[in-house]
Amino acid sequence: MKNRQRKRELTAIAFILPNFLGFICLTLLPVCFSFVLSFCEWNSSNPMKFVGIDNYVGMINDETFRISMKNTIIYVLGTVPTTLFLSLGLALLLNCKIKGRVFFRSIAFFPYVASLVAVAVVWNNALFHPDMGPVNSLLSALGVTDPPRWAASTTWALPTVIGLAIWKSMGYYMVVYLAGLQSVPQELYEAARIDGAGAWKRFVNITWPMITPTTFFVSIMLTIGAFKVFDTIYITTQGGPGRATNVLVYYIYKSAFVSFKFGYASAVAVVLFLIVLLITIFQFRTEKKFVSYL
Amino acid sequence: MNKKKTLRVIGRIFLYGALLTGAVIFLIPFAWMISASLKESKDVFTYPIVWIPHTLVFENYRVIWEKIKLLTYFWNTAKLTVIITLIQIFTSSLAAYSFAKLQFKGRDILFLLYVGTIAIPWQAYMIPQYIMMGKLNLVNTHTGYILMQAFSAYGVFMMRQFYMGVPNELLEAARIDGMNEFKIYAKIMLPLSKSAIATLCITTFVFIWNDFMGPLIYFSTDAKKTLQIGLRFFITENSADYNLIMAASVVSLIPVLILFVALQKQFVEGIATSGLKG
Repeated sequence: MKNRQRKRELTAIAFILPNFLGFICLTLLPVCFSFVLSFCEWNSSNPMKFVGIDNYVGMINDETFRISMKNTIIYVLGTVPTTLFLSLGLALLLNCKIKGRVFFRSIAFFPYVASLVAVAVVWNNALFHPDMGPVNSLLSALGVTDPPRWAASTTWALPTVIGLAIWKSMGYYMVVYLAGLQSVPQELYEAARIDGAGAWKRFVNITWPMITPTTFFVSIMLTIGAFKVFDTIYITTQGGPGRATNVLVYYIYKSAFVSFKFGYASAVAVVLFLIVLLITIFQFRTEKKFVSYL
Repeated sequence: MNKKKTLRVIGRIFLYGALLTGAVIFLIPFAWMISASLKESKDVFTYPIVWIPHTLVFENYRVIWEKIKLLTYFWNTAKLTVIITLIQIFTSSLAAYSFAKLQFKGRDILFLLYVGTIAIPWQAYMIPQYIMMGKLNLVNTHTGYILMQAFSAYGVFMMRQFYMGVPNELLEAARIDGMNEFKIYAKIMLPLSKSAIATLCITTFVFIWNDFMGPLIYFSTDAKKTLQIGLRFFITENSADYNLIMAASVVSLIPVLILFVALQKQFVEGIATSGLKG
């Protein structure tokens, strides 16, 4: 009997092993190593040196870090609410019984799966090109004498990138919202209609409260995603002009793979991790409230 | 009654107006891309925009294959995508079966560990991972990149959630019939989980096909580069030839577009229910 039990356990472990080995070596070990590294000074040529919390103290006095943090927060504030409301609006429109709604949904979703490299170059270097782009040509034709220089100007670069990010991810969150909208019981609407509630009233009193869990999920996903932004920045502005669009992950990338300050970069990465962790804990804590709400 | 009807019509017009405006906003960049890819270099930025060029320069689509190593990039990306998807599905479904249906000591704690790491952004540990790969001489190799992407905790989590829904009686019956666990996994679980596997396939495909930061860090030579990185470097080096850049961009989008059109429903649902990792 004992032998059979043992055999069963071994089988169970054998099933896990291929994935587990990969998981340990490529995720778990690096995660632990990341914390160690954040307390060390190391560029690839010199041996690793333990420096305590120097890296973390260094961050406080590092102007570029502060700017990256500020830009990341602006990016979060710029993308999250706008994407949320636009995708909800889109979902409400495409939840109506209309001809071709599947087609419209697909069109809205496609930017999300399209490669950023291809799309960003059109957005940034073509449509919003300060001198030759159609957007500014149109603005000049409309009589705007000094149209924004978009990605080339320190004030407009971040908004330009934010616009691209919203455009690209809206369709995805629209689909998430559609799933949420479809789970609202139809009887509620019928009852409200009988009571004579108009469209706006039905939205405020039924739809909005019923989809709070979706809204919550969407805002968490958007926030975490926005804190991790890299591709959009690298592809469009490379953090510039100057440091106008330098964000956290771009700074981590630069410190590690361009300046080879592995220790310092890891410390910034740990800060990123802590931010995401805080958001996740917050999500778990508050989600319970919303689930019981349903 | 009549007034109500007019109101309805006005509402409809408004609705379709909003939808069409939205559709135009979503499609304009793609339309511009295709239009520019068929123009002479000098005509790309004329204003007002000529959406359909007077002479269509299909030549652009021939030239790019000579100017960029598009074929290499395509091959690399396709190869990596297929291998990673296969390893991912195989190892995740095995582990998921064990987590969902088999017993061993410490199973639940281990699973918690898996789930916990899903929340850790890759950017937080990419540096030590890269250093380790460097020590093993796996930087700028496809093997390194495959190893990095193939063992996602997310795949295990997703498959396990699916397997939890399979009734235990089914497995017990098979065990009484004398099937061993591997046979049960291969003959019963895998065929049952087609939809979960399809979701994992699509998610992995889109993620690897469009992955930018991973290849950017790992691949430094042309022979290793993927489509996204290759295209990116072509763009920075040839900023004058927008017609060619656009032709290459269009070509890079075609595989995803074909799959998207063919598997629209699975695409939208699969990606939306799972959320792209990353």
